[in-house]
Amino acid sequence: MSIKYTPDHEWIKLDGDIATVGITHHAQDALGDVVFVDLPEVGKTYAAKDAAAVVESVKAAADVYMPANAEVLEVNEALRADPSLANSDPLGAGWFFKIKLANPADLDALMDETSYTSFAADSH
Amino acid sequence: MSAPESLLNVPLNDLHITLGARMVPFAGYSMPVQYPVGLIAEHKHTRSAAGLFDVSHMGQLRLVGPDAAAAFESLIPVDVIDLPVGKQRYGLLLNDEGGILDDLMFVNRGTDIFVIVNGACKVADIAHIQAKIGSRCEVIPMPERALLALQGPQAVTALSRLAPGVEKLVFMTGGHFTVNTGTQQIDVFLTRSGYTGEDGFEISVHASDALALANALLAQPEVKPIGLGARNSLRLEAGLPLYGNDIDTGTTPVEGALQWAIQKVRRAGGARAGGYPGATKITAQLANEAAATGKKRVGLVALERIPVREHTELQNLAGERIGEVTSGLLGPTIDKPIAMGYVPLELAALGSRVNAIVRGKAVPMEVVAMPFVPTNYFRG
Repeated sequence: MSIKYTPDHEWIKLDGDIATVGITHHAQDALGDVVFVDLPEVGKTYAAKDAAAVVESVKAAADVYMPANAEVLEVNEALRADPSLANSDPLGAGWFFKIKLANPADLDALMDETSYTSFAADSH
Repeated sequence: MSAPESLLNVPLNDLHITLGARMVPFAGYSMPVQYPVGLIAEHKHTRSAAGLFDVSHMGQLRLVGPDAAAAFESLIPVDVIDLPVGKQRYGLLLNDEGGILDDLMFVNRGTDIFVIVNGACKVADIAHIQAKIGSRCEVIPMPERALLALQGPQAVTALSRLAPGVEKLVFMTGGHFTVNTGTQQIDVFLTRSGYTGEDGFEISVHASDALALANALLAQPEVKPIGLGARNSLRLEAGLPLYGNDIDTGTTPVEGALQWAIQKVRRAGGARAGGYPGATKITAQLANEAAATGKKRVGLVALERIPVREHTELQNLAGERIGEVTSGLLGPTIDKPIAMGYVPLELAALGSRVNAIVRGKAVPMEVVAMPFVPTNYFRG
């Protein structure tokens, strides 16, 4: 299982052709207290870069993008009930959705942890 | 995060950085938007204890001279002449069309009229006031002053420990006080007022004393530093408009639902009726709001738990665009999505339903009375 990162500050945990998607620690820190999430529809197919979810803090709203062509398998109902999970455990209990990738190789171009850490530090 | 070099720094800039604030550009200054504890905790602390806000970006000025009150009355639709010494009032600087150039607070200090204006407007405000009434009174900007706000139900407990006597002030009054920090006596001018809906104080202090004052206040057990993010959520819950969002040059005081700020003496039949910019238009709007104005600022609560933000389109139930939200967020105290926005008068009555279009989805909203959270002012 490997974790990839997008330039839009999503993380993608890959397990075969199934992937779990959330926002990074850096993203939740920049947003501040998350008060609302709008999650995608289970069963719906999205294209890469489609806005699939929305995460809102008191002051700002941000889109969460689909990292590749995929179908939504499951959304995190616990996060819908308690959006602050995105702050307290962004890479764990605060995950957003699980997807079935049309082509797992689509994720090859994304950043690994080392590249992302350096990218996030520079994006300040 | 380093701010661009063109931004100005407030006198407490280094303190904010030491306290771990996230600094953002605001009104030309680098300002603390939140501290490490986060906006929601800061908001709740202010509602339950006391929060210290640095609002030194705001403009402070004095109007001096025997004609100052009458001159100032020629710029705002508000009773200045009869304001007793020590009392504070809310005012609106208007253009010739009755549009709002800025909203402001002023105090009759006996020796002068002390005015506080918005940071983003202060340069234009001072130029406007100087151009219009500079021949009738002295207009003296006070860039040497910092401004702190201490807000919350325990603000009076904390401040009266350092400056005995402040507890005797009531809402919208002020005076000169000495703050004893233990090592230093600091002269301040303060008013019992603020922008959160809570009891509290706004404290004008010389910039050279601002750090000692802030440290003395932060040393009180009730007080924590609060950023501009929570200031915004607190003021929205209190139903207070934000200049540039909820009111601007395209709105009159009547459209902005601020006619309460226009005293009887300046209205038709009053002893000093009219005599301010846009008076003809505003007098007509006051006489017959329904005929005269096409829109009104209202409070809105979403009936689903979806934040509705500024610039969100509002539609009537037939799906026609009727206006937009000018401020909106999920209120941390009320725990509901709240907003202000402009709707046509026929939809401005309490209980009216409109739809906000959020990401293509119609979110039902109801027109409600403001404030969204009861105010807690100390009226004696």
